[in-house]
Amino acid sequence: MLNLNKEQLTNLFIISTIIAFYALALFLNEPFYITLLTKVVILALAGVGLNLALGLGGLVSLGHAAFFGIGGYTAGILASHSLNQEIMFQWLGSDISGTTNMLIIWPLAMLFSGLVALFIGYFSLRTKGVYFIMLTLAFAQMIYYFAIAWPAYGGEDGLSIYVRNQFLALNTLAPETFFLICFSLLIIVLVIVSRIEHSRFGAALQGARQNEQRVAALGIRPFGIQLSVFVLSAMITAIAGALFADLNRFVSPAMFSWHTSGEIMIFVILGGVGRLLGPVVGAALFILFEYYLGGLSEHWGLFLGLVLLSVVLFARGGIIGLIAGTRKYD
Amino acid sequence: MTECVLKIQRLNKKFGELNATDNLSLELHQGEIHALIGPNGAGKSTLIKQICGELDSDSGSIEFLGSEINTLDVAARAALGLGRTYQVSSLLMQYSALRNVMLAVQSTQGSSYHFFKAVAKDRQLRAQALTYLQAVGLEKRADISAAELAHGERRQLEIAIVLALKPKAFLLDEPMAGMGTQGSLALTKFLDNLRHQAPILLVEHDMDAVFSLADRISVMVYGKIIATGSVEQIRQNPQVREAYLGEL
Repeated sequence: MLNLNKEQLTNLFIISTIIAFYALALFLNEPFYITLLTKVVILALAGVGLNLALGLGGLVSLGHAAFFGIGGYTAGILASHSLNQEIMFQWLGSDISGTTNMLIIWPLAMLFSGLVALFIGYFSLRTKGVYFIMLTLAFAQMIYYFAIAWPAYGGEDGLSIYVRNQFLALNTLAPETFFLICFSLLIIVLVIVSRIEHSRFGAALQGARQNEQRVAALGIRPFGIQLSVFVLSAMITAIAGALFADLNRFVSPAMFSWHTSGEIMIFVILGGVGRLLGPVVGAALFILFEYYLGGLSEHWGLFLGLVLLSVVLFARGGIIGLIAGTRKYD
Repeated sequence: MTECVLKIQRLNKKFGELNATDNLSLELHQGEIHALIGPNGAGKSTLIKQICGELDSDSGSIEFLGSEINTLDVAARAALGLGRTYQVSSLLMQYSALRNVMLAVQSTQGSSYHFFKAVAKDRQLRAQALTYLQAVGLEKRADISAAELAHGERRQLEIAIVLALKPKAFLLDEPMAGMGTQGSLALTKFLDNLRHQAPILLVEHDMDAVFSLADRISVMVYGKIIATGSVEQIRQNPQVREAYLGEL
């Protein structure tokens, strides 16, 4: 018999609920709800990425829109070249063309975001607290304005992806297929993040969050650990960005804006900072609010603000903390 | 003459106009307990921070095991074998006592970039960490978080952590502070044996402990060492009596 603790039971319940909703939408033949659920899953994935740095590492990044956007634009740019049959550039005498293959797009999105995160993290991690927040924000805003000013890929207008990118031989335009791709990715990433959390690296990382000076005195350099997790975190958020581009079949500079960074952070805080499925619950709640309250009033953000306020004031562990209690370290 | 493990020469540190460390020289030899005593504000903790790399020195040299370490950061010095405890316990408060020690063991194995194997199921790592908790008599409290440990237990945990690092020199900043008579006696006995594992630079206010343990004593006042010698020499040094012991 599986011996699960309260948080693991909660996690199991959350995953089952997503599957149940999917089954229900299939049964009712409501593709719109499947698309909505897909959006939840993709945004959750972005949050899971941020949670790795913010929740486990204590690195409050307000610049994760940069990585979300890089993921999105990687998908958008590669697809637009491929669909327009234009070569991207020539290298060593051969033509490098775009692609619509997700299995190529995802690793490239991870590569580009990873490199940018290495650069941003290298400088930002020399500061702490509010300076770290401001630096990550500043770097992301630089990329945002760059995207607006870059006419080759739509500038302010963004870039359309006429046909959703390809995954093996599946019909990715079918909402249920695309959902299953996104959901599987989310599960795989959650398993990986959970492994990282409980590994030796995770121990050092969470140690550095609790007491950086102590970890250094043990002979473990916090900077390297934190830079590594910042890069990993960015890569996960970038995959979410690539999927988000495919979901909307459109990318725009808004993906890079600080609103996006803020929203990803809200998923994490609402659901529970440092809790494995916190961002999933947070993203689900966010989308529910946006969809249902957004239908009632355009000022739905006010209600979201109130909920966020009560979570921060009364439930520091977020929704997961409310259900499963404070975090246990084994 | 025994081997010199830690050699500090003409070290300086100024805070504004205050000479916290004033042209200070000090040696720690293999197998000894070298006690550093002095009134509050003499600069003892500042010196420990300079040795560990938490504070940059203005000038002077710190040689550890024959090489200059002044340009290295805290982690690099710790990895070389400088093991320190803090005057005010500095622990990973959310982690259990055992997890605190496990991270120290992990550090000595240089394995902090292993991403997949779960530490909680790592029997060998747990068993090793547990031996250090047993050494300080804290094994029954292994699963209690550092935040919930009593003050004296936190001091014991500090010792367990530094043991796990298997350092080449111990820098103990007031390990007896707030331990109570029983605890102090037990720790005194423990440190007495520990010197054979690696030399100890001991900053301590508990004079009974210092006089019973120290092979040599240095007296620090206003950033300067005013005397170094055996327990008897220090007891009888008039300058020391005036500056420090007379106040007791």
